[in-house]
Amino acid sequence: MSSNKSSNVSEKTEQISGKQEFSIGEILKKRGVSRRDFLKFCSAMTAAMSLPASFAPTVAQALDEVKRPTLVWLNFQDCTGDSEALLRAANPTVGELILDILSVDYHETIMAAAGHQADEALESTITKYKGKYICVVEGSISMKDGGVYGCTSGKTHLEIARRVCGSAFATIAIGTCAAYGGIAAAIPNPTGAVGVRDAVPGATIINLPGCPCNADNLTATVVHYLVFGKIPALDSHGRPLFAYGKRIHDNCERRPHFDAGQYVEIWGDEGHRKGFCLYKMGCKGPATFHNCPTQRYNEKTSWPVAAGHPCAGCSEPQFWDAMGPMYKRLPNVPGFGIEHTADKIGLGMAVGVGAAFAVHGAISALRKDKDPAEKTKED
Amino acid sequence: MSEPLIFKRYYVWQLPVRICHWVNALSILLLSITGFLIGYPVIAGSSPQSFVMGWVRFIHFVAGYALIISVISRLLWSLNDHCFSGWREYFPFLTKEGRAEILVMLKFYFFIDRKTPDAVGHNPLAVTAYVGLFLIFFGMFASGFALYAEHAPGGVMATALKPVYLLMSTQTMHLYHHIGMWLIICFVINHIYSVWLLDIKEKGGEITSIFSGYKYTTKVHVFSEGKECDENGCFIRVKK
Ligand code: HEM
Ligand code: HEM
Ligand code: SF4
Repeated sequence: MSSNKSSNVSEKTEQISGKQEFSIGEILKKRGVSRRDFLKFCSAMTAAMSLPASFAPTVAQALDEVKRPTLVWLNFQDCTGDSEALLRAANPTVGELILDILSVDYHETIMAAAGHQADEALESTITKYKGKYICVVEGSISMKDGGVYGCTSGKTHLEIARRVCGSAFATIAIGTCAAYGGIAAAIPNPTGAVGVRDAVPGATIINLPGCPCNADNLTATVVHYLVFGKIPALDSHGRPLFAYGKRIHDNCERRPHFDAGQYVEIWGDEGHRKGFCLYKMGCKGPATFHNCPTQRYNEKTSWPVAAGHPCAGCSEPQFWDAMGPMYKRLPNVPGFGIEHTADKIGLGMAVGVGAAFAVHGAISALRKDKDPAEKTKED
Repeated sequence: MSEPLIFKRYYVWQLPVRICHWVNALSILLLSITGFLIGYPVIAGSSPQSFVMGWVRFIHFVAGYALIISVISRLLWSLNDHCFSGWREYFPFLTKEGRAEILVMLKFYFFIDRKTPDAVGHNPLAVTAYVGLFLIFFGMFASGFALYAEHAPGGVMATALKPVYLLMSTQTMHLYHHIGMWLIICFVINHIYSVWLLDIKEKGGEITSIFSGYKYTTKVHVFSEGKECDENGCFIRVKK
C-alpha cells in the first residue's frame, strides 16, 4: 500500500502525536513483521472493533500511514494484572505490536528508567505532548484523607492523576479498579478508592473494565483512535460499545444449554463434564456486558465460562459487592443472615400469612357475627 | 327478623373490570409459576435442542405483556364516572366517610366488633391493598422490562428504561423482582381469603360478583364518595 497519498487521519494523528517518527507500517517492516502477519493483525482488530471485515484494508492503510502515538501508563492501587495480561500476550508478534508500536513512553513496571529519571521522563512527556498523548491508568485512586493511602515518588495518586489525565488527549482506565475502583473500592473501602472518572471529573475517559482487562480490547481501542482519530462510541458506564455492547449471556457458547434447561447442579457432576450452563452455580453472565465469549482471553484461547467457571461479573461497576455471592445467582437480602435467600424469606412470609388467615378463618367460623341485614333496620 | 328481607341487586363490576380482573389473575398465576422456574429451574430438557427454559421465559414475557396491558387498561377505565370503578373508590382514606368505613372493616377483622360491614362496591380496606398491589405491579414492570431489555442495550426499551438502570444494578433488579413476587403471593392469599370470608359473612354474593358483576344488599341507600348510586352504579344525587 503506497503511503504518498496522505490521508486525513494520518495528518490528524501527526498533529496529535507531534512526532516526526516512522509510521507504524515502517516500524513493523523494520522489525521483520511480515506483511501477512500485519494484515492478519488488522483483520483481528477490525473484528475486535465490531466492524465489518470490509474495513480491514482501511485499518491496514491507516496503520501504515499513521505515526505512533505517545502513551503514558500509570500504575495506582492495583495488582498489575492488566500489565501482566498485556505482557503475557501469547503471540510474540502481536505482543510486540502492542508494546513497541504503541510505544509506552512511561510505564513504571516495565520502563528502564527509575527514580528521578523516571519522574523527569513523565514530566517531559506530558509537557511536550500536552493534550496529545494518551494516558492509560491501571488501578484505583485513593481519595480518603487527601489520597495519602496511595503515593508514588512522594505525590499522591490523586494529584498525579489530576495532572496527567487532566492534560491528556484521552485517558484509558484499564481494568475494573481504574474504571470503578474495583476490589479496593469494595465495602468497607478503607482508602476511599474510586475509579479515574470520579477522581478526575471532566477528563475524557474510556473505561476498559475487566479483571484483568482483555489486552485485545486495549489494542482495539488504540487502533480505533489511530484509524478514526477519535475515541470509540461509549455506553453509559464509559465503556466502548464494540467491546461491552452485548451481554455475556447472549453470546455465550453454553446458551443452548440454558435455553434447554440443562444446568450444572454441583461441581464435577455429569452436566459440568458435558459443558452445561452454569446458571445455577451463580453465573453472572446474565448481568454482565463484555465480549469475553467472542474475544476470549490470551489470543482467544479461553475465558472463565469456557473453562467451566461461572462468570463473576468482573466488568460491572462495584462487582465485588454487587455481583456477590460469587456462587449464588441472587444477592443476599440486606439485613438478613447469609443463608437467607430471598425465596426462603418469601416462602416464610407466605406461610406466615397463610397460617394467620387459617387461624382467622377458624375464629370467624366459630364466631357469630351480626348479619348486615339486621343493621339495615337502623339505616 | 320475621319479615322477609328485600335484597336489591347492584351492578358493581362492569365487564371491562371483570375482564381485567381475570386477565390479571391468570397472568399473575403464569408469571409466578414461570418466574419461580426462572429462579429455580427444575425441569430439564433431554437434549441441547430442547427449548424448555426458552418456553418458560417466553410464557413469562407474554404474561408480563398481558398484565401490563390489563393493568393500564384498568387504570384508564377508572377515569370513567362510575360509582364502583372510578379512581376515587381507591382512596377511601382521603374522605371522612371512607375512613369511618375502614374503621368498621378493621374492627370486624380484628374481632373487636360483631357488626359485619356491608360494602356494596369495593371493600374499603381491600381497595387500599389494591393500591399497594398496583404499586408493586409497577415495580415489577420496571424491573421486569429493564431485565428484559438487557438483551438489546441501546434499543428503544432499554433507552426508555434508563432511569431504572441508573437506580439499581441488574442483580438488585433480580432480587427486587423476586421479593415482589412473594409480596404478590401474600396479597393473593389475603385476597382470596377475604373474598371468601366476606362472601359468607356479608351474604352479598361477593365471589360470584367478580364473574357476574352483581352484588346484593338489603341496604336502602347505597353511597359512594358521598353520592348515592342507583342499581347500575350511576350517581343519582348528591347526599345532603
Ligand atoms: C392472582 C390472583 C388475583 C389477583 C392478582 C386479584 C386482584 C384483584 C384486584 C386488583 C381487584 C380489584 C379489582 C378492580 O378494582 O378492578 C380484585 C377484586 C376482586 N377479586 Fe381478585 N384477584 C385475584 C384472584 C381472585 C380470585 C381467585 C377470586 C375469586 C375467588 C377473586 C375475587 C375478587 C373479587 C370478588 C373482587 C372484588 C372485591 C372487592 O373489591 O371488594 N380474585 N382482585
Ligand atoms: C408481576 C408479576 C411478575 C412476577 C410474579 C414475576 C416473577 C419473576 C421471578 C420470580 C423471576 C425470577 C427472578 C430471578 O431469579 O432472577 C422473574 C424473572 C424475570 N421476569 Fe418476571 N415477574 C413478573 C412480571 C414481569 C414482567 C411484567 C416482566 C416484563 C417483561 C418480567 C420479566 C422478567 C425477566 C426479563 C426476568 C429474568 C429472566 C431471566 O433472567 O432469564 N417479569 N420474574
Ligand atoms: S453459562 Fe452463564 S452466561 Fe453462559 S448461558 Fe449459562 S448463565 Fe448465561
